[in-house]
Amino acid sequence: MDKSKSILVKVFFVLSLHVALFAGVYEQNCVACHKDLPVKIDKFFYRYLLKYSSEENLKTALKSYLKNPTKEKSILQEELLARFGVKRPTTLSDKELKEAIDEYWEIYKVFGKLR
Amino acid sequence: MLKSWDTNLVLSEKKTLFSFFLLYLVFTLTLLGILGYMYYNFQKDLVLQKYRVELSSLAKEQIEKLKELHRNFDKQRVYPRDKRFNSAIYDSSFKEIFATTPMGEIDFSKVIYLKDGKIYLIKEPESYYLGTKYLVLEVKKESNWISKILKDMLIYGLVIFFVMVGFGYFLLKLMLKPMREAIELLDRFIKDTTHELNTPVNAIISNIEMIDKDKLEAKLAKKIKRIDIGARTVSNLYQDLTYLTLGHKIVSNDEEVNLKELIVERLEYFSLFANSKKLTVSSNLKDVSLNIDRKKIAKLIDNLLSNAIKYNRVGGSLHVELERNYFEVKDSGRGIAKEKLDFITKRYARANESVGGFGIGLSIVMMIASEYALDVKIDSKENEWTKVRVSW
Repeated sequence: MDKSKSILVKVFFVLSLHVALFAGVYEQNCVACHKDLPVKIDKFFYRYLLKYSSEENLKTALKSYLKNPTKEKSILQEELLARFGVKRPTTLSDKELKEAIDEYWEIYKVFGKLR
Repeated sequence: MLKSWDTNLVLSEKKTLFSFFLLYLVFTLTLLGILGYMYYNFQKDLVLQKYRVELSSLAKEQIEKLKELHRNFDKQRVYPRDKRFNSAIYDSSFKEIFATTPMGEIDFSKVIYLKDGKIYLIKEPESYYLGTKYLVLEVKKESNWISKILKDMLIYGLVIFFVMVGFGYFLLKLMLKPMREAIELLDRFIKDTTHELNTPVNAIISNIEMIDKDKLEAKLAKKIKRIDIGARTVSNLYQDLTYLTLGHKIVSNDEEVNLKELIVERLEYFSLFANSKKLTVSSNLKDVSLNIDRKKIAKLIDNLLSNAIKYNRVGGSLHVELERNYFEVKDSGRGIAKEKLDFITKRYARANESVGGFGIGLSIVMMIASEYALDVKIDSKENEWTKVRVSW
């Protein structure tokens, strides 16, 4: 009995550590800065959607841009790009980046939202 | 008097006619089918082209609305609907984003197409509003244009079909004309010849019969006998030819025929021929009767016996066997090569109108056998023996 209990405790501990580490990657690393910008984060999403259409294409493009941002890859309008410039490459790991992008997609995707 | 052996002509002509017509009809129908298919597709495309213009402008309107919705998606989330059509939007991985009605499988490779009486138009907006790579419009159009096309096709198809059939029949007549003429010529020639043969042959035979052979010296008697054999051979030939040209027109007069008596009688008739070849004639005959036309079965037996003697070797043997369900004539003649045996049976199985040489006798045998559903089986070993069995 004791043994299985201790295993349960261990599992719980590992799980909560995992959640603590990854939950809010999007909140902490994306929203944190974007909320102070004049252009809201959802506008970026819809610009991406306008250009890349499907979930896979959008996520791939976004990931590629975040890892290695260039003017050519940016979906921002010329004048805004001139004003704000290109962001710095992300410091997030691939796993964290995926987590953040997935959350971003889930929040703003069109699927299931139209009436 | 002798009409023709036109049953044979008509039969073979009918066969040719039938196979030609079958082939011709298959060809005509295939051609009509292809033409019809092409016509249908052409008409369908024409109709779709007409709808394409109309639907494209509707699609443009819808795209404008999607563009508007995309811009205001944070405030407005109601998909733009239109009474005139159903619509659905798909992303670039063909995943449905939204549909006003379930649309099932969409063929994204086409611009406009028809399925289950509905017309589908697929339009790609210049930008992917709300992720829309494909906008699909669905309209249910009254299907009377399809029935109109089909009705047109049916009418034209039938007209063309009957014209083609008439043309085919004319073509066939034209094709068969020389054949028919040639056969008629041959037919008439044989009829005239046989007719002219009858009187003199009968005169010879009846006069020989009138001669009192006992009063003749041996040498002369022998000569008369030879003349008799010759005359009977010609007479047989005459009867065969008459049968061929007229026989099948004679209404069969079926009666109980005692085959044993008949065979004995025919063997007696052929004994002169058999003796001239020094054949040993033996028989094993059971008392069997058959309900059949006497003249016809006699003709059949005559032909088998005549062949067995004609193709026998001098000093050979001839054996006739009569059992409950068959009779068999076996000779010790030259036999028939296996390849030729197949050929003969095949020939007769296919068409028993083959006449001449070896064929005339067997042809009659086959004709009579087929009339009474008798089974004729020819078996032979070359240079040794031939066995013909007729079973019922």
